[in-house]
Amino acid sequence: MAWETVIGLEVHVQLSTKSKLFSGSSTEFGAAPNTQASMYDLALPGTLPVLNGEALQMAVKFGLAIGAGIGKKSVFDRKNYFYPDLPKGYQTSQLNHPTVGKGSLTFTLDDGTSRTIGVTRAHLEEDAGKSLHELFPQDTGIDLNRAGTPLLEIVSEPELRSAREAVAYLKKLHSLILYLGISDGDMSQGSMRCDANVSVRKLGDTQFGTRTEIKNINSFRFVEKAILIEAQRQIDLIEDGGRVVQETRLYDPDKNETRSMRSKEVANDYRYFPEPDLLPIIIDDAYIEAVGATLPELPDVKAARFQQQYGLSGYDANVLAANRDAADFYEAAAAECGDAKLTANWVTGDLQAVLNKAELDIACSPVSASALAGLIKRIKDNTISSKIAKTVFEAMVAGEGSADAIIDSRGLRQVTDSGAIEQMITAIIAANPKQVEQYRSGQEKVFTFFVGQVMKESKGKANPTQVNDILLQKLKG
Amino acid sequence: MTHMMNQGVAELAQSLARKDFSSVEVTQAFLDRIQLHNNDLNAFVTITGEQALAQAKTADAMRAAGTAGPWTGVPFAHKDIFCTAGVRTACGSRMLDKFIAPYNATVVEKLNAAGMVMLGKTNMDEFAMGSSNETSWYGPVKNPWDRTLVPGGSSGGSASAVAAHLCPAATATDTGGSIRQPAAFCGLTGIKPTYGRISRWGMIAFASSLDQAGVLTRSAEDAAILLHTMSGFDPKDSTSVDLPVPDYLATLDKPLKGLRIGLPKQHFAEGLNPQVEKLIRDALAEFEKQGAILKEVSLDNSHLSVSAYYVIAPAEASANLSRYDGVRYGHRCDKPVDLEDMYKRSRAEGFGAEVKRRIMVGTYALTAGFYDAYYIKAQKIRRLIKDDFDRAFSEVDVIMGPTSPHTAFALGSKHKQKDPVAMYLEDIYTIAVNLAGLPGMSIPAGLLNGLPVGLQIVGRDFSEGQLLNIAHRFQQATDWHTRTPGVGAGTGLKGDQ
Repeated sequence: MAWETVIGLEVHVQLSTKSKLFSGSSTEFGAAPNTQASMYDLALPGTLPVLNGEALQMAVKFGLAIGAGIGKKSVFDRKNYFYPDLPKGYQTSQLNHPTVGKGSLTFTLDDGTSRTIGVTRAHLEEDAGKSLHELFPQDTGIDLNRAGTPLLEIVSEPELRSAREAVAYLKKLHSLILYLGISDGDMSQGSMRCDANVSVRKLGDTQFGTRTEIKNINSFRFVEKAILIEAQRQIDLIEDGGRVVQETRLYDPDKNETRSMRSKEVANDYRYFPEPDLLPIIIDDAYIEAVGATLPELPDVKAARFQQQYGLSGYDANVLAANRDAADFYEAAAAECGDAKLTANWVTGDLQAVLNKAELDIACSPVSASALAGLIKRIKDNTISSKIAKTVFEAMVAGEGSADAIIDSRGLRQVTDSGAIEQMITAIIAANPKQVEQYRSGQEKVFTFFVGQVMKESKGKANPTQVNDILLQKLKG
Repeated sequence: MTHMMNQGVAELAQSLARKDFSSVEVTQAFLDRIQLHNNDLNAFVTITGEQALAQAKTADAMRAAGTAGPWTGVPFAHKDIFCTAGVRTACGSRMLDKFIAPYNATVVEKLNAAGMVMLGKTNMDEFAMGSSNETSWYGPVKNPWDRTLVPGGSSGGSASAVAAHLCPAATATDTGGSIRQPAAFCGLTGIKPTYGRISRWGMIAFASSLDQAGVLTRSAEDAAILLHTMSGFDPKDSTSVDLPVPDYLATLDKPLKGLRIGLPKQHFAEGLNPQVEKLIRDALAEFEKQGAILKEVSLDNSHLSVSAYYVIAPAEASANLSRYDGVRYGHRCDKPVDLEDMYKRSRAEGFGAEVKRRIMVGTYALTAGFYDAYYIKAQKIRRLIKDDFDRAFSEVDVIMGPTSPHTAFALGSKHKQKDPVAMYLEDIYTIAVNLAGLPGMSIPAGLLNGLPVGLQIVGRDFSEGQLLNIAHRFQQATDWHTRTPGVGAGTGLKGDQ
């Protein structure tokens, strides 16, 4: 029987504001416990929240980037529950009036097909602190450094239909967030956390199946694996005559399985109500316009422009535009060397390979955009061949200097003196009568043998076009 | 010269400026008097003698150096709801019996900056929940007019202290009547300004959308001085309002000719003690004499105010008080076996019965399935109540009536009845003002069987200057505000001869 997986994602993005959502404490990661918790973060009596304007601006930026409606009036609510790392006994969040309303996200799958997924909403809320169970044998330690850190919770419609789509959606979201500069998006540090709502149904059914929620998945790979394994578990369960129970589950990457979190005896009732310590945020058109003016060119628009302006393939344009630094690097190099297509090949090809191997961001590339342009210029003006260029590039990565310096010091300049090439070819033809005979009797494949010999003799420096021309002429004899 | 113990803020400031006596002298005199009477009245929970004398000394030095402000060196007391750095802030609760805040409330900062001298911190109903000052962990406060009576609540300690001349003035807070009702019961001038006029930063929250700081004094002039000092926008309180603070003293004497006074018919109806009504009508006649016009108005939904309040206030309180969990500060039970045990016992031991009742009521009102029927409904009523006032204020300038239907009642008479609703009805005339966020005032309007009766004055948003002006004009023409507990010399209290 054919089954369909239905997925909705709730992604928590930690906004990269300097201070917390409602207090002036720093949001820096990794400080000694409780050194970044102010009186408000500790929920001392009489302390009050003051909204961080930067967080609001980031939320609005995101909303505009996904074409969402921006709540003209957004309201914070208190979500009540007791937990030691939740100092106030309530989390300040947005229930009925989120800052970001309905929008959508379009992404391209590896096979080139494009999908648009609805984003239900995105709301601002504060993070909780951390409970530390390992440090003390009998007690639980509480670290409130993270308490009050601003989060943007981005909720998708249940429109994703496979683990692959879910990952592509997430990657697109990740790309967008980095583009907007609203988060460092570092999943390993929890800057981006994902909850997946997963259900299955028979292909063709219009009703959704019962869903489970997999909490706090912290890498793209685990998102894919967790959804696959959870969907399979549900299918097996149903096929064996069982029923899926609506519950929260955890993904265990070591065992590659999801398991039920100890369910509470009663369902949580968070008793939401509007936070009386904060007035509703009224956002006017002028504000939205001002934030809109700060938006960078977004990936989709950029990719389209790359195709049109530089004649790149859709694939190359998307790859380059997905990462803002890569796109900037590309454009800088292309502008300097004047060959956009060749630059695209180098950035997505050799350079990307080097970066992947060294696990480096393009911002930390050992070869700068300008240096790469310097190399491409020498290919274009026939100083070196594409083949020699790879050798020069390797040397550049190794830090041996600019393309020109390496070409000079290693004597890699292409030989374009036709007299010299002709001399070499004459000698080679004379030394290989058997091959000449073969070529002349119709075995044209032998031609490459001669090219190889010339290149060997010239240490790869002979201009390939000239070699071809002269060889043809001489061999025809 | 009036005895220094009987001088108010304005008078003391003049005396200090004239060097009739020093701040240290007057501070010491009040400290001595607190020493003498506090065991009996239980008005102060903390007396900060050493700190007060040090502040007074600094104040005197500033006077000598010519760097003093007008109120520098004048002593006063803070309600124990305002956080004071280094001095315990218990909020009437065992939960915070050992809590010492590392910060000052904005109100505390402002009065410090004015050079005023804090004598100590006054008793109050636990977390400001009560109308008789009987819910305090530190025991009930007594009314200096009659020690068998309550002083009102929740600012009962401040009211008792000011009425007994243990201090010339005290800060207070009002969530449903907690300044005005004690003012009425103790014969004082009390003002609760418009919501947002005074910063709530550092003022321990009961019901955030209703809580507002104010003062208890013995004259409108003193109230004007303190209100001016305490008011203003505070970037630390998002609900504080960014409007300039007018010079309330400058407008105190404005004539009242043509003032339109609205009398809500609902506040002169069944339930009001007829003798109280008589005194209120007499007071109103004084305003007529000064050229004011009386007009009946209707606050159609006022009968719903107590019900709406007792949904909204407990709902907010239930969340505001969640932070007292024994984890970071405040009372923690002995040897908890696990987290749940710690939560349950710390809160069971730390909170008193009335606080627990309101947490439960509030939690219930916010519970899924009841939220619409209670919380949302109450918010709708709140809107209707505000609309009633808006309508009334289209016809009149201010609204007047009794602050309380009766005079101070006997200690234990309502608290011990185990009938919380009887106590809740205490605030029947005052609560709507908080729901609407309006400024409200109570001034002494007469004595009934030797006990003070309060006249409530309610104005439009940010009309504090007008209210103080009206109160001051009344006090220029009458002497009810100068009456002190008992008969004879001084305040009639033991040791006053």
